[in-house]
Amino acid sequence: MARQMLMDNVYLTCIPSEKFKTGFFSAQLVMPLAKETAGRNALLVNVLGRGTQRFPDMRALSAQLDRLYGARLEPTVRKKGENQVFGFVASCVDERFLPDGERLLEPMADLLGELFLSPATRNGRLRGDYLESERANLADLIRSDINDKRVYAARRLLEVMCQGEPYGLSRLGTARDVERISLQRLNSHYQTILPAARLELFYCGAAREQRVAGAFARAFAALPRQRAVEPAATVRKAAPEECRVVEETMDVSQGKLGIGFRTDSQDMPATMVMNAMFGGTSNSKLFLNVREKLSLCYYAGSTYHRAKGLVTVSSGIETANYDRAVTEIMAQLEALQEGRWEDWEFQGARSSLRNSLLSLEDSAGGLEDYAMGQAATGSDESLPLLLEAVSAVTEERVRQAASCVKPDTIYFLKGKEA
Amino acid sequence: MEVREYPRLGETVSRRTLSNGLTVLVVHKPFHAKRYAFFATRYGGMDMRYRQDGQWKDTPAGIAHYLEHKMFDTREGNALQELAKNGAVENAFTSGSMTAYYFESTEHFYDNLRILLSFVSVPWFTEESVAKERGIIAQEIRMTEDDPEWRVYANLMECLYRESPIRIPVAGTVESIQSITPQVLYDCHRAFYVPGNMVLVCVGDVEMDRVASLAKEILPAERGEDIPRDYGAEESAEPDCREKELAMEVSMPLFLGGYKCRPCGGGEALLRRSVIGDMACDVLFGDSSPLYTRLYEEGAINGSLGGNFDVMPGAAYLYVGGDARDPWRVFDEITREARRLGEEGIDEAFYQQIRRAAYGQAIRSLNSFENIAVSLAEGCFRGFDYYRLPEIFDTVAKADVEAFLREELTQEHAAISVIRPLGGEMEQDG
Repeated sequence: MARQMLMDNVYLTCIPSEKFKTGFFSAQLVMPLAKETAGRNALLVNVLGRGTQRFPDMRALSAQLDRLYGARLEPTVRKKGENQVFGFVASCVDERFLPDGERLLEPMADLLGELFLSPATRNGRLRGDYLESERANLADLIRSDINDKRVYAARRLLEVMCQGEPYGLSRLGTARDVERISLQRLNSHYQTILPAARLELFYCGAAREQRVAGAFARAFAALPRQRAVEPAATVRKAAPEECRVVEETMDVSQGKLGIGFRTDSQDMPATMVMNAMFGGTSNSKLFLNVREKLSLCYYAGSTYHRAKGLVTVSSGIETANYDRAVTEIMAQLEALQEGRWEDWEFQGARSSLRNSLLSLEDSAGGLEDYAMGQAATGSDESLPLLLEAVSAVTEERVRQAASCVKPDTIYFLKGKEA
Repeated sequence: MEVREYPRLGETVSRRTLSNGLTVLVVHKPFHAKRYAFFATRYGGMDMRYRQDGQWKDTPAGIAHYLEHKMFDTREGNALQELAKNGAVENAFTSGSMTAYYFESTEHFYDNLRILLSFVSVPWFTEESVAKERGIIAQEIRMTEDDPEWRVYANLMECLYRESPIRIPVAGTVESIQSITPQVLYDCHRAFYVPGNMVLVCVGDVEMDRVASLAKEILPAERGEDIPRDYGAEESAEPDCREKELAMEVSMPLFLGGYKCRPCGGGEALLRRSVIGDMACDVLFGDSSPLYTRLYEEGAINGSLGGNFDVMPGAAYLYVGGDARDPWRVFDEITREARRLGEEGIDEAFYQQIRRAAYGQAIRSLNSFENIAVSLAEGCFRGFDYYRLPEIFDTVAKADVEAFLREELTQEHAAISVIRPLGGEMEQDG
């Protein structure tokens, strides 16, 4: 995975590969995640995505995508460490499957450049009608995470646990903040961040690196560059003395339990293995005990938030089983801290991590997400190096990593009837 | 063994039918690190009534899905753990017409394949293990009950169909699964998990010879009985009811409208009809369609609007839905636009544009090993070669899509399912 500087504070990661049917493109701005700007950045990409000077409305823009053999273009907003990564990902069929040797790489790069640099405007400003409709859609989207109680509970857990830290902010900002953004505010925000933000470009596909770099350099040649804002370094915090418990009630038939832990371990590969053994696979302690042995839930799993040093557990349970589920989850963590596991649990966890890292190479979207994560958190560990580091983890290092995991917050979304 | 090249798709497939009737396909992908195996039986949630040993049998709703859960149990323990020890990522699904077990791994592929073939072909159920699963599946069903997208679909099926088993959820209900016993599970396994009723698809850097010899070694030598199934009498084109509405904890209304279409048989005609149905979706409410862009710009819909054409045994329907403040109006506009396009015809330039896009999408979908396996397996079960898609594409004309819009997507065939927010809409600070 080669990353090169294309312009001042503009980087290009290019992964040549012939195994995909499509070429994958990405252009992302990286800014520190902050309450004031989270909603603005999210709204900005959605407004920019509505049209360019050449393709000024949805119909013209989607017609162009159709002409590029069903190319896909999608605004994306992600949280990577304590940074917000926002922009567009796009993909189109690889040129070798086209009937008459047509070129798609250059038009795709051009389109990405135009989305950032020459958006559809009225009187020299972003269009007010686009702002209004995207503002309403974004606010609706933010509110709609309540539709999926699992997503909702995961978001609430982080919000409560990381209150006051950028990591507790939602990647899209809040509906209320978004609804207050005026056209003037969005315009000046656009003018401010475009020259300042880090720009990360990405391509994975069959084209040569030189051609890709040339196409992107031309497409973004007009990008103004001044007052560079660097991505933020992630700040780690210790868990409180006493674990917090927060409960909410809703009209649901299944309760959602979330438990957030903090770890101060610097041994990232060992924590990855530990998390896989804890709740990262269908062979994990949580899956086998909370689900299979005790039939307490349909799902129980854990996630390791690498950059921030958090482990979160999520499970869907009957409201009445709350105490049993919490006790069992904590007991499983304790088992890891005391080094109680069978050899296959350890081997299987390492093997499954190796498998998922290796499989990443088979997914252009997965490679892009990994590259953006690395770029935003300032890590330059390549996939092969990480793979090696995971393979070298020992059982003692797993035990030590588990001992660093301390409960911070329990969040429970419970049903009304209980 | 037959090796077929598909130059228009850049794919190569080996195909073999073993002496026990099992169809084996290997899709060669020499540059990928991961290897994928997909073992499927033509048996799903809709196959509740069937004839075995000369008599018709009725089984409880949710039986195929329950069986899927229990197949992972082995005499020695659990196959999930065996696969996970080798670092494989495994899963299974049950649809209306298929149950499939699959894994993906970068290491120990043939060991994992051995495990897959063994646990799917050798059942091991006990009273205790079957009883224990009830809690897990009940939780799964409860989870879907809280899922508005699932509920809106289930309600639409209840609107569209009167008797077809498609109106019954694949997982059944908490009540219907109570009567499932080890004996019922053994009977269903004996009926449907036989080589003649199954297909094995491997994708990746995989050798057909090794796959075939493992399959011969592990699976039964007999192909098994052909099992007739009963999906009820063919229904009239009229939906059972026109609309269903339900209040849930959602932030804004969502809907799914459906058109009950004529069922179609098998073979390449089915594939062609699917292509026509998908193109009708693109023309009518795809992202670049006049209707979609107008409704979006008016604020009547957001980016969530979408739909599909589904063909199931004895049933076919096109559905479209998403979030909308006024679902009835949006669905009504779609039905009226279908009529307009059917009568006045589709703009030629627009049709060519959609055609290009649809072709690109079809090629794109082959990035996913799972899509490849599901599509090829479905083709085996229903008598077509999915990879002949580019050739089928060539045979579809604008008039075919117009006829589909005119004849199938009419007011008479339409029904709508709506989920609206509960009375006291929750205002979240978020």
